[in-house]
Amino acid sequence: MGINASRIPMKEQDPAVRGKNFEEVPYGYSDDEAKAEASRCLKCKKPLCVDGCPVNVKIPEFIGLIANGDFAAAARKIKETNALPAICGRVCPQEEQCECRCILGKKGDPVAIGNLERFAADREREKGTVDLPAKKSSVNKKVAIVGSGPAGLTCAGELVKNGFDVTVFEALHEAGGVLVYGIPEFRLPKEIVKKEISGLESLGVKIVKDFVVGRTATVDDLFNEEKFDAVFVGSGAGLPSFMKIKGENSIGVYSANEYLTRSNLMKAYVSNPTTPIMKGKRVITVGGGNVAMDSARTALRLGANKSMIVYRRSEVEMPARKAEIHHAKEEGIEFHLLCNPVEIIAGDNGAVTGVKCIRMELGEPDERGRRRPVVIKGSEFTLDCEAVIIAIGNSPNPLIPETTPDLKVSEKHGTIVADESDGRTSKKFVYAGGDIVTGAATVILAMGAGKTAAKSIMADLTGGD
Amino acid sequence: MGSQILKKEQLSDSVWRFRLNAPRIAKKRKAGQFIILRPAADSERIPLTIANVDAKEGWIEIIFQVMGRTTMQMRDLNAGDSVADLAGPLGNPTHIENFGRVLCIGGGVGAAPLYPIIKAMFETGNDVTSIIGARNKELILLEDEIKASSHRLLIATDDGSYGTKGFVSDVFNALIDAGEKFDAAVVIGPAMMMRATCRLTVAAGIKTYASLNPIMIDGTGMCGCCRVTVGGESRFACVDGPEFDASLIEWDELIARMGSYKDFEKKAREDYHTCKLEGAA
Repeated sequence: MGINASRIPMKEQDPAVRGKNFEEVPYGYSDDEAKAEASRCLKCKKPLCVDGCPVNVKIPEFIGLIANGDFAAAARKIKETNALPAICGRVCPQEEQCECRCILGKKGDPVAIGNLERFAADREREKGTVDLPAKKSSVNKKVAIVGSGPAGLTCAGELVKNGFDVTVFEALHEAGGVLVYGIPEFRLPKEIVKKEISGLESLGVKIVKDFVVGRTATVDDLFNEEKFDAVFVGSGAGLPSFMKIKGENSIGVYSANEYLTRSNLMKAYVSNPTTPIMKGKRVITVGGGNVAMDSARTALRLGANKSMIVYRRSEVEMPARKAEIHHAKEEGIEFHLLCNPVEIIAGDNGAVTGVKCIRMELGEPDERGRRRPVVIKGSEFTLDCEAVIIAIGNSPNPLIPETTPDLKVSEKHGTIVADESDGRTSKKFVYAGGDIVTGAATVILAMGAGKTAAKSIMADLTGGD
Repeated sequence: MGSQILKKEQLSDSVWRFRLNAPRIAKKRKAGQFIILRPAADSERIPLTIANVDAKEGWIEIIFQVMGRTTMQMRDLNAGDSVADLAGPLGNPTHIENFGRVLCIGGGVGAAPLYPIIKAMFETGNDVTSIIGARNKELILLEDEIKASSHRLLIATDDGSYGTKGFVSDVFNALIDAGEKFDAAVVIGPAMMMRATCRLTVAAGIKTYASLNPIMIDGTGMCGCCRVTVGGESRFACVDGPEFDASLIEWDELIARMGSYKDFEKKAREDYHTCKLEGAA
C-alpha cells in the first residue's frame, strides 16, 4: 500500500466569514483525520525532523501514538521535551524546522507535524486527560524568571519539574508575554495560553504580575534582597522600531506592538471596549513578517474595508510564514510589494490621510542573502488610509541592561550577550534567552533558549542536571 | 499586583488624593517617577506621577483629576478597596542637583507631580521659587506642602480668586521683568500650559525640563504610543523620559497626539455616567 502523497488538510473557517470575527482560523483535526495523517509517517530510523526542532520533540514517537489512537500518551510524549505544545502546534514555523526535513516532502507533502502536535495537545486539554508531569524533590534553590513569554515559561517549567523554587516576574497585568499581547486570538486563542500558564502554576511556579524588573527591583536586588540564587532574563524584544520618516508621529500611526497590544491585551476588539483603537476604513501595515500579517488581519477584523500591506521587497523575501501569507491573501489583504513608504501624510488636524510610497526593484543580495531593494527614482505614489501600522521589528528594551551594570550588552544591537549554547551571560548566575538575546525571532527559538538556560541553571546551582 | 487603598481624600471638585499600600514602590521611587494603574480588571492602564511617599510606612500617594472613564472608576473606589493593578516606579527620576536658583512651575493638577521635585530640589540646597497656577483658588493644590519646601511660593489664578490674576506665565514674566535670574526650571502641567510657559523660560535662557504625560499603555517601552519628537528624534516618554529638555520638544505634535481619542473618551465618560445613574436608580 503506497503512502498518500497528500496530507490531510485541516478544516478552516471560510475566509469571507472569518475576516469579520476573531475566532481561530483552523478548526483542528478530528480523531480520524489525525489518525489518518499520523499513519503517513514513515517512522524513519534516523528522524531528521527531530534535529530540526529547537527543543527536539520526539516527533515519530508521538505521531506513532496518535496513529495507534493513544492520544493521551501522544500528548505526554510531546510534553517530555516541549512544555507548550498547544502553542507550538499553532505558531511554530514547522515548514522551516521539522516538516521541511520530512522524507515524504521530497515527493509530496511532508507529514503535518504541527497539525498533529496541536491535535494531541488540544485533545488532551479538551478531554481533561492532562497529567501533571512528575516533579523531583525540592533542591532548595530559588530562581527568578524575568518575563512570562515563551522563553521564561519554558525555563520556569523545566526548573519547577526539577525541584526548583521558581518565581516569574511579569511587567504587564497578564502573564504570557508576546503570546497574550502580540499574537492575536484568531491565531492563538488566549484561553489556551491561560491553561498552559495555570498548568505551570499548579506545578508550583509563582507568577508575580505588575513587576517591572529594572524598576520595581533590579537584577541585583533580586539576588541581594530577595535572595534568589539565579536569574533568567527573558524580557523579550522590547522597543518597536520606526522608519524615521516624515509624519510618523501623526494621529493614527501605530507600532505593531501598540496596535496589537490595544487589540489583544487590552481587548479593544470586543464590543464596547475600554481601551480605544482607530478603526480606519483603510489601514496600511508596513512590513513583511508574521507581526505584519497579524496586524493587517487584525485591522480587517476591526472593520477595515481595505487592509493593505506595504513591503519593500517581493513576496519571496517576506519573512512571514507561508501559511500566514496564504491566510492573509485568502482574507483579501491587499499586498503592495516592492514599494516603501517615504512619508506619512496627515491632514490639518494631524490625523493620517495617506502614505506616500516609492517603488523598488531588487538588486544584489545583502549579507543575509536576500536581494536588496533599490529605489526606482521618480516612482512615488500615494495610498490613502486612515491608520498606519509599522511592523518593521524591535530593538531590545534598555531597562535591564541599564540597571545591571556588570551585564554585557552588544554594542551594536543592545541585546544581552549570552552564550547561545548554554544561556550564560557575563554576570554570574544570570542567564538570558529569547528575543532579548537574539533580537526578534520565533516562539520556539525562545523556548529552546529557555530550556537551554534551565539546564545551565540546574548544573550551576546543583552541580548536575 | 493589586494594591489596597489606605486613604481617599477629595482635594477639589474633581481632584482626588489616594494613598495606596505599595511598599516596594515607596522604597524604590525617586522624584519624577510614575506608576501605571488599573482601578478594575476591565480598566485602561493609566500613568500617574507619584505625588508623595513614605518608604517606612510603605505607601505612595497619587493625585488625579477625574477626566475620563478610568479616573471615574478610580474615584468610585474607597479606602479599603483595592486597585486591580499597580506597577512602578516607572520612568527616569528627575535630574536633581544643586543648580543654584531653581524655578518650579506647576499648572493645575501638575502641582501634584511637581511637589516631590520641589522637595528634592529644596533638600539638595537649591534656592527654590515655586509658581503654582490654577483656574481658581479651590483648584490650587498642595499649597502648604509646596510652601514648606520652597524659599518662595507665588500663586496665579485665572479668575484672580487667589494670588495674581492670570497665568503662571504672567507671574514668570513679572519675575524676569524685575531682573531675576534662574539657573534651571522644571515645568509640569497641562500640555498647553507647558508649551506656553516653556517657550518663555527657554527664551529667557533658562535650562528648562518639562515632564510629559502623553498617552501610554504598557509604560515599559514596549508599545511606543508615548513617543514624542525631541530634538528631531522620536523618544519614548516611558523609558527615555518622562522629563525632556523643553527647548527640544515638538509641542504641537504632542498636543495633537494627546487628543487622538477625544471622541472615544467623551463617549466613554458619558456611558460610564449613564451606567452609574442607571445602577443607582
